[in-house]
Amino acid sequence: MPEPSFLFGQFLGGLTAAMFLFTIGAGLSLIFGVLRVLNFAHGSFYMFGAYIAWQVMTWLGPGTEYFWLAALGAATGVAVLGVVIERLLLRHLYGREELYQLLFTYALVLILADSVKIIWGTGQLSASRPPSMTGAVQIFGTTVPYYNLFIMLLGPAIALGLWLLMHRTRLGRMIRAAVMDREMLEALGANVGVLYTVMFAVGAFLAGLGGALVTPVKSIVPGMDVEVIVEVFIIVVIGGLGSLWGTFLGAVVFGQVLAFGILIMPRFSIFAVFALMAIILIVRPWGLLGKPLSR
Amino acid sequence: MLEVQDLHKRFGGFAAVSGVSFKLEKGTIMAIIGPNGAGKSTLFNLITGHVEPTAGRVLLAGREITGAPPHEICRLGVGRSFQRTNIFPNLTVFECVQAAVLAHHGKGRNFWLRADQLYREQTEALLASLGLADKANSLAGELSHGNQKQIELGIALASDPDILLLDEPTAGMSSGETHETIALIARIAAERGLTLLFTEHDMEVVFSIAAHIAVLHQGRLIAEGTPDEMRRDPEVRRVYLGERS
Amino acid sequence: MSRRPVPWVLVLFLVLLCIPWLGSRLYTFIATDIAILALFALSLNLLLGYTGLVSFGHAAYFGIGAYTTAILMKTYGVPFVVAFPAAGIVAAGFALVFGFFCVRLTKIYFAMLTLAFAQIVWAICFKWNDVTGGEQGMPNVPYPDLGWMSAIPGLGSLRSGDHFYLLVLALVAVAIAALRRIVASPYGRMLSVIRENPERAEFIGINVRLYQLSAFVVAGFFAGLAGGLFGIFNRGVFPDFAYWTKSAEVLIMTILGGMGHFWGPAVGAMVLTLLNQQITSYTEYWPLILGIILIVLLFGFRGGIVGAVVALNRRLRGR
Repeated sequence: MPEPSFLFGQFLGGLTAAMFLFTIGAGLSLIFGVLRVLNFAHGSFYMFGAYIAWQVMTWLGPGTEYFWLAALGAATGVAVLGVVIERLLLRHLYGREELYQLLFTYALVLILADSVKIIWGTGQLSASRPPSMTGAVQIFGTTVPYYNLFIMLLGPAIALGLWLLMHRTRLGRMIRAAVMDREMLEALGANVGVLYTVMFAVGAFLAGLGGALVTPVKSIVPGMDVEVIVEVFIIVVIGGLGSLWGTFLGAVVFGQVLAFGILIMPRFSIFAVFALMAIILIVRPWGLLGKPLSR
Repeated sequence: MLEVQDLHKRFGGFAAVSGVSFKLEKGTIMAIIGPNGAGKSTLFNLITGHVEPTAGRVLLAGREITGAPPHEICRLGVGRSFQRTNIFPNLTVFECVQAAVLAHHGKGRNFWLRADQLYREQTEALLASLGLADKANSLAGELSHGNQKQIELGIALASDPDILLLDEPTAGMSSGETHETIALIARIAAERGLTLLFTEHDMEVVFSIAAHIAVLHQGRLIAEGTPDEMRRDPEVRRVYLGERS
Repeated sequence: MSRRPVPWVLVLFLVLLCIPWLGSRLYTFIATDIAILALFALSLNLLLGYTGLVSFGHAAYFGIGAYTTAILMKTYGVPFVVAFPAAGIVAAGFALVFGFFCVRLTKIYFAMLTLAFAQIVWAICFKWNDVTGGEQGMPNVPYPDLGWMSAIPGLGSLRSGDHFYLLVLALVAVAIAALRRIVASPYGRMLSVIRENPERAEFIGINVRLYQLSAFVVAGFFAGLAGGLFGIFNRGVFPDFAYWTKSAEVLIMTILGGMGHFWGPAVGAMVLTLLNQQITSYTEYWPLILGIILIVLLFGFRGGIVGAVVALNRRLRGR
């Protein structure tokens, strides 16, 4: 039996990973909920977020406030990219078969991946934690870096923020109406087009933010897009595409299964999460907390 | 031939069909009428297995078919057309109808013969009887609404049903097309000795060919009888005919 | 007397047979690649173009076939005559199990579950070191013993790569002929009826899910055969064969050629492979070019290359 403090450390490690994934996955899930498009390029948005943040940090130099500025700038930059893509291209594919939307977002994956290589090269880049968060704290005998603590708190904060957006604003009411029944929304005269653009931008923003925030703990390399999209895909499917809390739950489950699965069966923990996803798709294709689609 | 016993269907809190019972004798033509939302289409879906009833039974020639999947009910000799035109748009008219003929003859599992060589005469004869012979090689989806309704009828007839359920066979047609279609249906029903159950909004059509009429209102069967009896029935006049005047 | 139409397919086959005599190792190499990928793409089109099922995990069956042949031939020394059909049968077996669950779902959920299963296959190949070689894959899959070919007059002077090409060409031709026969059969007609309108198809008396499942199995079988050949051709099998980007690649081939036409996916496989060959000699940014081609295709030529040619032909004749 391993030490309790070690297990607690695994738990916190899993939770940190989960909150990163939630930040990214919430965007994917929201986009699917409203636009009914499964966006493979979400991982590419994340990668762009990381590279832009690195770029801004390189320009501005070290400093806590610069780190936050870079993160925010990266997220906003990716959101703008999202708006451009949605307005110029994606919107012409609404109402076409899923196949075309899926392949369109895959085309973005290819294009964005090479764009990154062209702009920033194929080398490995890295960024450091914001200076005010370089320390660590001892919890139950486990060393927890301040930055990880921050990420663990950021996840729930984002969840709460999105919940407030969805339930306490006019935009949120429209989004929820669109998730339930888009024809109804159109009949009410709301401008669905703008709503879709906004949603896509919000989703892209979250992906970009996730990418920017991950820079101090992961290296920035081409290929991080495809790696993350698989993980995020798993958590949103487990939790339920289109469901905010479902994504949160999916992220937590994923993080913990990986963190502890690696102790029990080191090689097959990734297999375990895929199997979990398949079982959920078989039994409840709309996920743990999602709702069946009404078409 | 077809018997429905105390059929119920609830969608959430809404009772779409409640306590409907009727019998349809072999070779008769029966119409189900009623205002929009009376439960006509749901009743059809219950009979053909597209929707499972909350309670009640459906019997076909004395055999219970309640809850059986649509493809099995079809194979037992029930043909149906749908209210919204429901064909195979990117196939030719010939292919649409021939597919149903192939399926009816249990050839669907054959993966080695050439489909286009099978049951040609039978398919062509059916198309000719529907007046579609000259359109056999057109894509079904490119034809007029009236033609598509005819194709749909052809697909339903291709499985050589004993009983045919037609959901609003003349919906969306001009009055000329309506008359032609009804004459066609009456002729085919007579030739083949079909038992026919149909829903229709055009009262003139209903009274011209139905031997038997059932009136559905808010999911309940409120009256049933010959056209003359229905014309005189005060309840029917109130809820249905009354609405129209 | 009516004139017999030119048997173009036979002519094409004979032309392809001559490729080894051009004497270029590269030509034979590319032709082998194209032949195998054409079979892979055609197998996907049985689902995509004929049954209307969007599988985003078709690489799973390609990968399973590749590993089956490789494991049998390399680890157990089983001859090719057994190991090759085994690729199709094992892939079909997996397709039966996975497909059983997939056909219960519709549209986007179908696509996601096929993708999920494919990722499971990939994860197993990636991690199960003892059997699949894990991340490193299985290099040095042996060539089948084609010594008997040298004994045939006229073939003795060819290289072993040329012999393998001739074998691949023959096997792929038989497989494609079988697929062609299947789609033109009454069974194939039922599949197109399901693609057009599953609800109505049910009411001409066909069990839609059962037919969808059978199509999934047949497609898996042929993808498995393609994978079996590819592993040998590639001189090794790797987890990437089952990765989701591979599934996307074969989807692109299929729609690039045109999924509305039987030969479309084969044309797509050919064009994409040749383009890749050409473009990678100028630039390393092949994915970028592919992405742009894909977007042009999605917005401009949804019938694919064959669809565009057919439309053009129709227009010219119409005048």
